[in-house]
Amino acid sequence: MIREKVRVKSFKINGIDVTGASNQTILEIAQENNIEISTLCYLKGLSCVGSCRMCIVEVKGSDKLIPSCTSKIKEGMEVTTDSARIKANREMILSMLFSERTHTCSVCVSNGNCELQDKSTELRLEHSQVPYGHARFEIDASHKNFVNDPNRCILCSRCIRVCDEIEGAHALDLMGRGMDTRIIHDMDEPWAESLSCTSCGKCVYVCPTGALYEKDISAEEAEKKRNIIMELLERKVEQ
Amino acid sequence: MKKIIIDPVTRIEGHAKITIDIDADNRVSDAKIHVTQFRGFEKFCEGQIYSQMPALTARTCGICPVSHAISSIKACDTLLGVTPPQAGINLRKIINLAQILQSHTLSFYHLSSPDFIYGFDAKKEERNIFKMMQTHPQMAKDGIMLRAFGQKIIQTLAGKRIHPDGLVPGGVEKNLDEATRDTLLAEIPNAIRISQESLAFFKTNLTKFQKEIDSFGVFPSLFMALVDEHDNLEHYDGKLKIIDSEGNVLQEHISPEEYKEFIGEAVEEESYLKSPYYKPMGYPQGMYRVGPLARLNVAKACGTARADNELLAFKALNAGKPVLNSFYYHYARLIEMLYAIEKIEALLKDEATLGEALHRTSKILKTRAVGCSEAPRGTLFHDYEVDKNGIIQKVNLIIATGNNNLAMNAGVKQVAQTFVNAEDVTEGALNRVEALIRCFDPCLSCSTHALGIVSSNIELRDHNKNIIQIFKRN
Repeated sequence: MIREKVRVKSFKINGIDVTGASNQTILEIAQENNIEISTLCYLKGLSCVGSCRMCIVEVKGSDKLIPSCTSKIKEGMEVTTDSARIKANREMILSMLFSERTHTCSVCVSNGNCELQDKSTELRLEHSQVPYGHARFEIDASHKNFVNDPNRCILCSRCIRVCDEIEGAHALDLMGRGMDTRIIHDMDEPWAESLSCTSCGKCVYVCPTGALYEKDISAEEAEKKRNIIMELLERKVEQ
Repeated sequence: MKKIIIDPVTRIEGHAKITIDIDADNRVSDAKIHVTQFRGFEKFCEGQIYSQMPALTARTCGICPVSHAISSIKACDTLLGVTPPQAGINLRKIINLAQILQSHTLSFYHLSSPDFIYGFDAKKEERNIFKMMQTHPQMAKDGIMLRAFGQKIIQTLAGKRIHPDGLVPGGVEKNLDEATRDTLLAEIPNAIRISQESLAFFKTNLTKFQKEIDSFGVFPSLFMALVDEHDNLEHYDGKLKIIDSEGNVLQEHISPEEYKEFIGEAVEEESYLKSPYYKPMGYPQGMYRVGPLARLNVAKACGTARADNELLAFKALNAGKPVLNSFYYHYARLIEMLYAIEKIEALLKDEATLGEALHRTSKILKTRAVGCSEAPRGTLFHDYEVDKNGIIQKVNLIIATGNNNLAMNAGVKQVAQTFVNAEDVTEGALNRVEALIRCFDPCLSCSTHALGIVSSNIELRDHNKNIIQIFKRN
């Protein structure tokens, strides 16, 4: 197997000169240089899929906005992370995430502890810019410990990735298309009947919203379990 | 035939209109209250997980979310087969009583007391709490303070003043520590003072309103309420008891799970509010009343010293028989406020209240459960059916105000017949029709389930149901 040679690349983010290895992403270099880029589906320690599009940036010479978490750096590129155009697009992306499913914060288990909610505060989004779809999916509460409520899922795929890349079970995957897409267990079996699920709960604790949650647990216990998973991911990065 | 429409009915919670029918001889032939909104909670709760129900159903109301959460968590307890620890039960009781205190205070001070201070014939610009702040600043302040105290207890013990999230299946999320308990106890004496002064004010002013007392919903009806094992006042738990207007016991020791055997639910045209009735007597003869008046009529005693003292005077109003005058809902409400404060004090002083407040479990043991409690406005039922995973299949809610629907209609008709003169409809007469509704302190946004956005009106209709005049209140 021929390995691609890693080279050092120099480029600019928001006019600041930065350097990085050619196999690194714009997001990684921005974070190394304390330049903030908004993210949602990204989770340090997991592979990047660019599913949410929240981390879009502008690159000089390109009309398109590109996701910084999956875009490798290039020599001489000029990246802008904050502009009126980016802000407008992020707001629209977030609006679409909210409108796609039924996110009723006031009655959600993750109210006050939700990354989607935090994002709307960060972007000061008070109302969705597109009409709500009022989607209604069946809740899967068959598992003795966990609940899967697709009505709150933003299809970030963190759960799929952590199950595959950290637990090594790959019990989860996506099914369907567009607004009907949802997270399934095995071949769309009820969670309790999934043969590949190890009931480790990693999927639950990387979920940014209240789509996956543990029954019968206090907020403090949940926080503790979340920290354990995050530590595992940190260790993976260090390796 | 003429028709008067009062729309909206003011100083109540929710939206309603009243229609008054005038016959060919210019006499009031009928009057009805129409609840013009629809909510649909029973339907959209289907498919949700049971643990979501306390938070979801609490959103039925911004005034009495605690009552819905209490009935809901009690139903969830049954689904899970869990009994909360004593501290959890005590804290739930305190939170429920604090809810009753703050809601009753809102009803008496903020909504109804302007009628008592300025009279039913005063100009409408003067019948409100803002005028009260100018002329009776201490009384207005006291009302606001007392409500704030109730809300503070809810916030302290359950997390938030409105829609608290600390009430959960299995108990209460947060244990109570001694320091917090002492902070709350320190405010009890002032709350009792305000409550007693309110009672004194009301009793002193009663003589001014003899005509209203005699004509505001005075009719025989059944009364229903929860009572404890000693037949005393009970708001959190207990068994259902139903008495008739003479005080004879029709049913007692009824477990709330059996409510469907005794309570039927009729639907009337022109209103989204259900009309529950006592099944053995049929519809509409099985009209019954719930709420403070019914609770004091049904209970033998309150179980706290000061409130029991007041209850003696209350029971003497009709020589020991049930008090039938709906105007006395206000009186009963004031006695319950005093009771609530005394009971909160007793529960806070109970050492068991400081223990572990929550048993956690999530295994569904039953697929049907009924949660029942006494909300400020009366008996509240939450009836859930779930599958083996706890997903809600069916919901039936009987909201406190709904129980009083038939009685409110009977009361509106009586007041309209007494005070409304079809040839000269005065502001005072219309205000009295609304004031009758206020006696019941209905929470219509709670009790109906609405797509409507129309607020309430009074309609004057002729004998062919043609509208002669509509009195719009906004």
